[in-house]
Amino acid sequence: MNFNLMGLFLAGCTLAQAGDWRQFRGPFGNGFSDETSVPVALDGDKSIAWKINLPGEGVSSPIIVGDRVFVTCSGGLKQQRLYVLCFSTKDGSILWERQFWATGRTMCHDKTSVAAPTPASDGKQVVAMFSSSDIVCLELDGNLLWFRGLGRDYPNASNSLGMTSSLLIAGGVVIAQVENDSESFTAGLDLKTGVNQWKLERPKHANWTSPVVLKVGDQEFVSLQSAKGVTTIDPVTGKAIWEYTDGASPTPSSALNNGVLYVPSHGLTALQPGAPGEAPRQLWRSSQLRPGTASPTIVGGKVFILNDGGVLTCGEISSGNRLWQLRLQGPFSATPVAAGKYLYCVNEKGLVQVVDVSKPEGEIVSQFDFAEKILSTPSIAGGAIYFRSDTRLWKIGKS
Amino acid sequence: MIKNILQILVVVTAFGTAIASASTEIAESLKAIRAVGPEGQGNVAASAGWKKLAESNVASLLPILEAMDGANDYALNWMRAAVDAVAERELKAGGKLPLAELGKFLLETRHNPKARRLAFELIAKADATTADKLLAGMLNDPSLEIRRDAVQKVIGQANQFLESSNRTGAVLLYQQALNSSRDVKQIETITMKLKELDQPVDLLKLFGFLAEWKIVGPFDNTGNKGFEKVYPLEKNVSFTGEFDGKTGKVRWQDYTTKHKYGMVDMNQPYGKLKEVVAYAATEFYSEQAQSVELRLGGKNSWKAWLNGKLLFARDEYHADAEIDQYPMPVQLQAGRNLILIKVCQNEELKEWTEEWEFQLRVTDSLGTPILSARKPGSAEASNASFEKNKGNQ
Repeated sequence: MNFNLMGLFLAGCTLAQAGDWRQFRGPFGNGFSDETSVPVALDGDKSIAWKINLPGEGVSSPIIVGDRVFVTCSGGLKQQRLYVLCFSTKDGSILWERQFWATGRTMCHDKTSVAAPTPASDGKQVVAMFSSSDIVCLELDGNLLWFRGLGRDYPNASNSLGMTSSLLIAGGVVIAQVENDSESFTAGLDLKTGVNQWKLERPKHANWTSPVVLKVGDQEFVSLQSAKGVTTIDPVTGKAIWEYTDGASPTPSSALNNGVLYVPSHGLTALQPGAPGEAPRQLWRSSQLRPGTASPTIVGGKVFILNDGGVLTCGEISSGNRLWQLRLQGPFSATPVAAGKYLYCVNEKGLVQVVDVSKPEGEIVSQFDFAEKILSTPSIAGGAIYFRSDTRLWKIGKS
Repeated sequence: MIKNILQILVVVTAFGTAIASASTEIAESLKAIRAVGPEGQGNVAASAGWKKLAESNVASLLPILEAMDGANDYALNWMRAAVDAVAERELKAGGKLPLAELGKFLLETRHNPKARRLAFELIAKADATTADKLLAGMLNDPSLEIRRDAVQKVIGQANQFLESSNRTGAVLLYQQALNSSRDVKQIETITMKLKELDQPVDLLKLFGFLAEWKIVGPFDNTGNKGFEKVYPLEKNVSFTGEFDGKTGKVRWQDYTTKHKYGMVDMNQPYGKLKEVVAYAATEFYSEQAQSVELRLGGKNSWKAWLNGKLLFARDEYHADAEIDQYPMPVQLQAGRNLILIKVCQNEELKEWTEEWEFQLRVTDSLGTPILSARKPGSAEASNASFEKNKGNQ
């Protein structure tokens, strides 16, 4: 078999399917998966389909496209070595690995990593970003399509605590939030070539939040959160569609549900976008729903807020009323993800606590201890849930 | 018989043409990749070239590595990923890498340090023992990663000496490691070990932080506007006269840091002020014109000038600081060079926002400290000396 034919064969195996998890917090931008067979009873090592060692550290989430899982890592001197890795979802075998050298600054706080932003995929390509503001775009079989060194192009575009905003793809444009105290901007990069389609000046303020896609009919818009509020833009032009200027957190990101944006602002604020050019309508605001580092997760008409210490708060999505609270073992950095009526919360020590959120006060129904530091948000696809630490990637579910 | 010979000739010719064609294709691909630049410039052509490189066989590894010499950082990444792809495919297919050629390339230190490190890692994949043995001769390698690994081996040997109570041997090996290391974390590990062995290291001297300064301040930085404001002394540093400060007239004064990491701490002379700017200046004497790096660390907003030319400005407060945080490649002139730093403090009142400081050293591209040939303040004497030396040449 020549390599071209082999490429075609591999491409056939990797056609993206429904149920992919192609970006930070999954397909709905709120941590929820509509998968129905994700394991609930985590029964020791029996639950582990496979685990593999990673060559470097990272707090980015794995993303899953078809039968492939993609992970970023950083390592080496000052974490200047950047990795994009592709594994088979079936057995965890490595399909390919590409390494790059950071061109921007790699300094970051001990609690994060240069491999902090989660990659994104449109089902044909995977785009990975690092805290150094280096961005690489690869075909699913590892062919390099383009490379950008935004930290090199714009020398003050860095944060000495690290950059964590994850990538998003909308309208054929890669949205990269490079927001910080100094040279702060969001760039729209042509997915095909990586060149700037637009570059939008943004508030000079450290920002670790990630963008979300808002769908209005057939149109896609992108909401950019910052300490000043939320700016929703047309991803093709970068032009602002509407703005919310009442401030927001620079750490946890907004979540989306049925066209309503739940913004970590004064606790949590629900915004109903209006027509282009119109300010969004505030549906409610709750100071009792106050996210920590983790972003809000939305499951079955309820919004879940997890603070850093481990208090899980359930709020009614229609009103913002607090319904119940449950004490989990913290501390937490990772955002919980959900499938069915179960919320998967992994604390910083690697303890996964599965909460049945349909119970009147919520109930922990299962636990599993990876016994390793985990700050990364898990990912769900193909009836399995994926966790990563600084040293390992696990698939929990059927092999 | 003749027919057979002709057939062989045809095959050989075709093979030769194929090789020539392949090498031309690789050369063209590398040319396209080397042409990439800022803001995605050249990405489309590079992508097409990359695929051709990635599909080529292991014979292309050396040409790709060699093409890294003199390439910019964008192009280096394209080529690195191509090497990954070619080597990965070959190894998966059970093939072999050209170890002898890779070894020759590795040992030629004129090549790009990153490319040499990549060659080293390819060798290590195939023959970890040989790679490990090679490290013994690479303590002073121009590749910082290779050097770090080589130093780490020496640290390991020193640790073994220590475990077997050979303190003298351990001290010697730690000192050897210290002489070669350019990695800050590694240096800190070694100096801690030496301290435990009653061999304290003067870090200020070891790193070569500039300790003697003249400073002036405080000036106003209300609303962080002082960062952009051009105070008169930015245009002319004479160390004389007085200026309108934030709360009255201010003058240059001498300041010498004794901080082990060379911090120039403005809180010491001025108190824990907020919304203020101060300047620090020093003279650095170089015996010849040379390329060096000024390496600044600090968590306040700052600007840096060399001989009146603005080098870099960084507007970020109280995020984090580390040694060599901001390396700035510069050209020193022979004789006196004037370094001016503007360091700003903002309005935040939390305890972790008290620092109003920076550290600076002059190094080569590897981080080896370069010291001033004269003490600051000896301009006339040193210039005269340089002039005299020139006359003797």
